Amino acid sequence: MSFPWAEHYTPKHPVMQWIDEKLPLPRLVYNAVGAGYPVPRNLNYFWNFGVLAGLALVIQIVTGVIMAMHYGANTLVAFGTVEQTMRDVNAGWLMRYAHANGASFFFIVVYLHIFRGLFYGSYKAPREMVWLLGLVIFLLMMATAFMGYVLPWGQMSYWGAKVITGLFGAIPVVGEPIQTWLLGGFAPGNASLNRFFSLHFLLPFVIAAVVILHIWALHIPGSSNPTGVEVKGPQDTVPFHPYYTAKDGFGAGVFLILFSILLFFAPNYLGHPDNYIEANPLSTPAHIVPEWYFWPFYAILRAFTVDFFFVPAKLLGVLAMFSAILMLFFLPWLDTSPVRSGNYRPTFKKFFWILIIDVLILGYCGGAPAEEPYVMISQIAGAYYFAHFLIILPLISRFERPLPLPGSITESVLNRQNIKGEQDALPGMGADPQPSNAG
Amino acid sequence: MVRIGAFLVGLFFAGWLLISFLVGAVAYVSEPPAKTVEHEFHKHPKDVDFSFDGPFGKFDRPQLQRGFQVFKEVCSACHSLKFVAFRDLAALGYNEAEIKAIAKQWAIKTPDVDPKTGEMSTRDPVPADYFPKPFANNVAAAAANNNAIPPDLSLMTKARHDGSAYVYSLITGYQSQPAELLKHFPDAKTPEGLHYNPYFANLNLAMAPPLTADGQVTYGDGTKATVDQMAKDVAAFLTWTAEPKLENRRRAGLATIVFLLIATALAYMSYQNIWADKKKAA
Amino acid sequence: MASVEHTDSQGLAGGDGVRRRDFINIAAVSFAGVGAVAVVIPLIDQMNPSADVLALASTEVDLSAIQPGQAIKTTFRSQPLFVRHLTDKEIAEADKVDASSLRDPQTLEERTVDGKKQWLVTMGVCTHLGCVPLGAGEGENRGEFGGYFCPCHGSSYDTAARIRKGPAPKNLEVPKFSFTSDTAILVG
Repeated sequence: MSFPWAEHYTPKHPVMQWIDEKLPLPRLVYNAVGAGYPVPRNLNYFWNFGVLAGLALVIQIVTGVIMAMHYGANTLVAFGTVEQTMRDVNAGWLMRYAHANGASFFFIVVYLHIFRGLFYGSYKAPREMVWLLGLVIFLLMMATAFMGYVLPWGQMSYWGAKVITGLFGAIPVVGEPIQTWLLGGFAPGNASLNRFFSLHFLLPFVIAAVVILHIWALHIPGSSNPTGVEVKGPQDTVPFHPYYTAKDGFGAGVFLILFSILLFFAPNYLGHPDNYIEANPLSTPAHIVPEWYFWPFYAILRAFTVDFFFVPAKLLGVLAMFSAILMLFFLPWLDTSPVRSGNYRPTFKKFFWILIIDVLILGYCGGAPAEEPYVMISQIAGAYYFAHFLIILPLISRFERPLPLPGSITESVLNRQNIKGEQDALPGMGADPQPSNAG
Repeated sequence: MVRIGAFLVGLFFAGWLLISFLVGAVAYVSEPPAKTVEHEFHKHPKDVDFSFDGPFGKFDRPQLQRGFQVFKEVCSACHSLKFVAFRDLAALGYNEAEIKAIAKQWAIKTPDVDPKTGEMSTRDPVPADYFPKPFANNVAAAAANNNAIPPDLSLMTKARHDGSAYVYSLITGYQSQPAELLKHFPDAKTPEGLHYNPYFANLNLAMAPPLTADGQVTYGDGTKATVDQMAKDVAAFLTWTAEPKLENRRRAGLATIVFLLIATALAYMSYQNIWADKKKAA
Repeated sequence: MASVEHTDSQGLAGGDGVRRRDFINIAAVSFAGVGAVAVVIPLIDQMNPSADVLALASTEVDLSAIQPGQAIKTTFRSQPLFVRHLTDKEIAEADKVDASSLRDPQTLEERTVDGKKQWLVTMGVCTHLGCVPLGAGEGENRGEFGGYFCPCHGSSYDTAARIRKGPAPKNLEVPKFSFTSDTAILVG
């Protein structure tokens, strides 16, 4: 697609030829994920997570459609139908646990995918659109996951729905009418459950559509790579198939092994026991937390404890929580360094690792009870989170002196092989490939 | 423009969080949060060994049957088990006739409509029925139990942290309030009608100790029915009711993972093969 | 690409190596294929009746209140079930017919339990396209053969619920059932 030396699709079988003439779908696939898509030859394992996220989406849609076959979206029976599925439906427990843990694994791979993009500067020109569409997918995933968690109608489902829709209640004047409108009532009830079910079923297909746009946008400039140096010629690339299909096949195997370990041997490890108690509008669980993948944002929400003049702390928390994600849309224009890969940006790299630790701390605090010292810790960690993206990154890109870049992808591969004698061209994020003195 | 705006927003959020931190820290130092009685005296479940522990553990069928007996003779008077049907008892090793007899002789009857008059009535449960509830509704349950509603037990061991050990610890954990507690928290004296139990989240439990004496049930298999044994058996039974497919799950998991390990090894070899001409070998 | 390609040092020179490489690739892909098929099995099986549905797969029917000449309509596996108490006249009418001349040759004996010929238990599902035939209720059209009549496409069944006229290919189905006492049957 993007490079003149990409292989052209020439159907061999007459049937494929016939189809390709009428509807060039085989050609589209060939050019998207087949031999017709030239990919930098030096991608490391962190580039596996895009395909793995796609796999996770497929698992979620398949198991989700099946769960919907056995689910009753009514507050009187919802909890029971999920239990029924677990107990009586053939392989129902497998479908349910796969769907619940599949959501967690979807977020795990997407978070790794996002942090890979952050480290290697994948959000920078000319791939801004890929980044923006990725963030749209992330937002849709969060909405889908939140509504999905409400469906089993356990205690956490109910109180999660109440607390999250309550966030909108923080908006001045229109907040409460919006909350009532979202719920279709004054508290989560049948109307809320039905609309959440409907949207929870719809959104994954919207996600799939945006994923296609995401990949389309990626194919215009082609994939980035760990050096961040653009592809210079055919010697820098290999065809996606069979080189990266083989690598992704291996990656998918590892992913499925880890997924199976959790799914079959600790299916409730990431869940909360309270969600095995049927929703009870008259009794709040002692300790309400969302699912783990929301914890960092939940920590930011709770970190705001002091009113800012006439702005109540609650509203500040809501604004900050949404800003924590929405500000990422501006990232391509905040980090102006021409060097993409963190491997060649010594200062950036240090702060990147601080950010990782910071987000892990935020996550831990978000899952902890709302008491000291967790709130104080999340205040510090939250302050760094905002400062990192909005203040530190623009400053770094201004003052940092990047390391010399390799002349080309091929040169970096050759150098690494010559100097380190490594078999794999696959260093971890931290491993600094030795750049040549090409600069 | 973007960067100036971002700088200001970042300064605002980060700054206000730091100010919030300072305010919080000052408050924390000047008046440290009071310790709560739950914080000090609540205990985590005891360490118990069950046959189904670990990734390859299995249910002990005779133990499940004993636990079922405890449930039948003690717990079922107040607690429902609404997601379990009599037919499910086949998994405990009962045959069809035994299940039919258990259902027919169950002390609580299944509500139904009289086919002749259309009036509400009751009938003997059949294997296809779920365990009938001891109380018609929550109001009746609360009225009969000093305003506390006995929770359904079907999912109890999944609805608490370390649930199997929790059930065992709770049943065997009743005691009189420690003098230490009353000394530091004089207001926390267990109210009339409640029972002190350090394994319960808020320490005071409406349920009276359900197992009070050895031999409260008579086991058919000759096992000595100590309170400890009965508590363990019923905890095992309730683990089964919460996760009846536990053994299927582990079996399927083992097969899946073995298959995936081989498949992944093959995929890795295939990957290395395909890349052999692009990489220098070690 | 030529400028950067390295010579193979894995000792794969020669046809042997190439074949081994192909073999591993084929093995990996076929293994993945087997896995995919194995995953499909539970995905399909989940649509089969669940344990709670199967548990309700038998129905007990009390016959004590059904007078000769009357029929009741009840349900078995969520489908209508007809239980008819045949009169002597109806039995005689059914026996009169030469079974071999019928579209679906069966005698009344074959369709009832030994010694309880008067109890005709059939599904209330027309064997044509699954409508519920008339004739079980009081005053309903029983068709020209005095049994059941399906209004959808005019299939007529006789007093032994055998197809006599119309498009239906088979007699009304007799489910598996047994007498648990003189006045009660267990269907299924």
